[in-house]
Amino acid sequence: MIELRDVSVAIGAKRIVSGIELEARPGEVAAIVGPNGSGKSTLLKALSGDLAYGGRIAINGREAAAMKPAEAAAVRAVLPQAATLAFPFTVREIVRLGLVGGRSGALAGEAERLPERALARVDLEGYAGRFYQELSGGEQQRVQLARVLCQVWAPVLDGRPRYLLLDEPVSSLDIRHQLMVMDVARDFAARGGGVVAILHDLNLAAMYADRIHAMHNGKLAAAGTPGEVLNDALIEKVFGCRLKVGALPAGGAPFVLPQSIVSH
Amino acid sequence: MVDQSLAGPAGMMARPAGDRSGRALLALAALAAGLVAVALFSLASGASDASALGVLRHWFSGAPADALSARDRVIIHDIRLPRVIMGVLVGAALAVSGAVMQGLFRNPLADPGLVGVSAGAGLGAVSVIVLGTTSLAPLTALLGPAALPLAAFCGGLAATLILYRVATRQGRTSVATMLLAGIALAALAMALTGMLIFIADDRQLRDLTFWQLGSLAGATWQKIAAAGAVILPALAAMPFLARGLNALALGEATAAHLGVPVQRLKYAAILCVSAAVGAAVAVSGGIGFVGIVVPHLLRLAIGPDNRYLLPGSALLGAALLLLADAFSRTIVAPAELPIGIVTAAIGGPFFLWILLRRRGIVDL
Repeated sequence: MIELRDVSVAIGAKRIVSGIELEARPGEVAAIVGPNGSGKSTLLKALSGDLAYGGRIAINGREAAAMKPAEAAAVRAVLPQAATLAFPFTVREIVRLGLVGGRSGALAGEAERLPERALARVDLEGYAGRFYQELSGGEQQRVQLARVLCQVWAPVLDGRPRYLLLDEPVSSLDIRHQLMVMDVARDFAARGGGVVAILHDLNLAAMYADRIHAMHNGKLAAAGTPGEVLNDALIEKVFGCRLKVGALPAGGAPFVLPQSIVSH
Repeated sequence: MVDQSLAGPAGMMARPAGDRSGRALLALAALAAGLVAVALFSLASGASDASALGVLRHWFSGAPADALSARDRVIIHDIRLPRVIMGVLVGAALAVSGAVMQGLFRNPLADPGLVGVSAGAGLGAVSVIVLGTTSLAPLTALLGPAALPLAAFCGGLAATLILYRVATRQGRTSVATMLLAGIALAALAMALTGMLIFIADDRQLRDLTFWQLGSLAGATWQKIAAAGAVILPALAAMPFLARGLNALALGEATAAHLGVPVQRLKYAAILCVSAAVGAAVAVSGGIGFVGIVVPHLLRLAIGPDNRYLLPGSALLGAALLLLADAFSRTIVAPAELPIGIVTAAIGGPFFLWILLRRRGIVDL
């Protein structure tokens, strides 16, 4: 389990995030939603070890700040929002970098050609020989996801769950690949791993997340199941936008359409 | 690891698409063979007519040493052989340092000569040459022949550390800042060097001028021992940086996420580069552009994977420097052109060519 207790992050003198309580359990997809500048990425950076934080962040019971890079890399993989590359690597070479830590956890049969398997998983079969820099933004994003998947190929290693930390994993994807990437995350959780994903699409969050954490001005505004969190009052408070939250007839899962905007 | 099954000879044929390691290994083998050939050629060529065939025959047949004339023996053993070994050390040091700096700064334009590291090392070396008998006398007395390479190392290290501090903020290196800071650092080091030259006496001046232009002419076994003691450990350490540098291509944060101890990697890289460049500059002066030309050519051929790029750079750097040296020894024979002029004459246009091809990377 990933546990955040009273976590705060300051960049320089400015406090970006404070008082965050959050739990991400293995077997579940936890979504973090919130408007631009609400501190989502900052929080994820503290969780991935990029930023110093106050409070406590424990991954499988170990304080994140005390972990060496190699230890942390064995329990979680991080998908960045965007990655630029200085040198002409091929797609396969990039994906293979996920294996640098040597803890993919792939079985003997899977270990062979793991980069190819990971690429197939993100619908990029046959792209291994292409140059990363020549791909479109969405394709690059999926290559990075394949690299991340290689790093923690087995969602559970040595009896301990591992985690995917995804910063806007669908931001430059078409609708088919948005669903596909969310399915990959869902599947990772179903096989015993944990997922923390920053999402802007409230409908994808409602569809795929077990729990949604809504952030507003650096604080947690609400947390709970999609049904508990997504309601008219919260959307107006957090996003400053008067939308009507609908509910699907079957199951009552919430959805939010921009067309539902209430005019003043 | 993962593609262990591909490592066997049968697997060499069937590497998956996008895996260039088979090609890279072949290229390394070819480069190693090429370096041996160039070294032999270099041994056999020069202003003196010590016969190429005679030398080679002597080398391979194991004929008794007196089969060569005494004069040829002196030329080969005391002049050309040390010079070839020094060329190999310096060429490898400069090229690998260039490749490591490019990985560290995540930019193909980083080069020890270009961004002031060599200038810093030069300042250290000139200080010892000029002040070694006066204000730095206690130091040179204490360190003996190690004083020069050590001073060059300190100068190079200081320049690299300042450069990294200035150009990198929050794990992101600005190329424009790096190049401009390099120009400023080089100018400062040159100014201080100029001041030292100003107060140098005539004998020191002659030493300095030739040294500044860059030359392998002064190669002696003693210098090889001093430089080799620094360059060889640095070269031996650099392959251990390769995986980390590969991950660093994705940015510092991502490299850390992959499990690379980024901070340690950066310090190790800076230390290795400063040591290798410092030692190379101390014995051979300002030989520029090797560090930028060699890794760039190799990347075109085998890709940017540092596991192959670093050893490849060592081999190609050594071979190219030996060729440049052979050229500089013979083009105006019996005089010789300082090799720094040759590498700059090749490297300058080459650098412009990279810029024209990839204007985007500077992004000023």
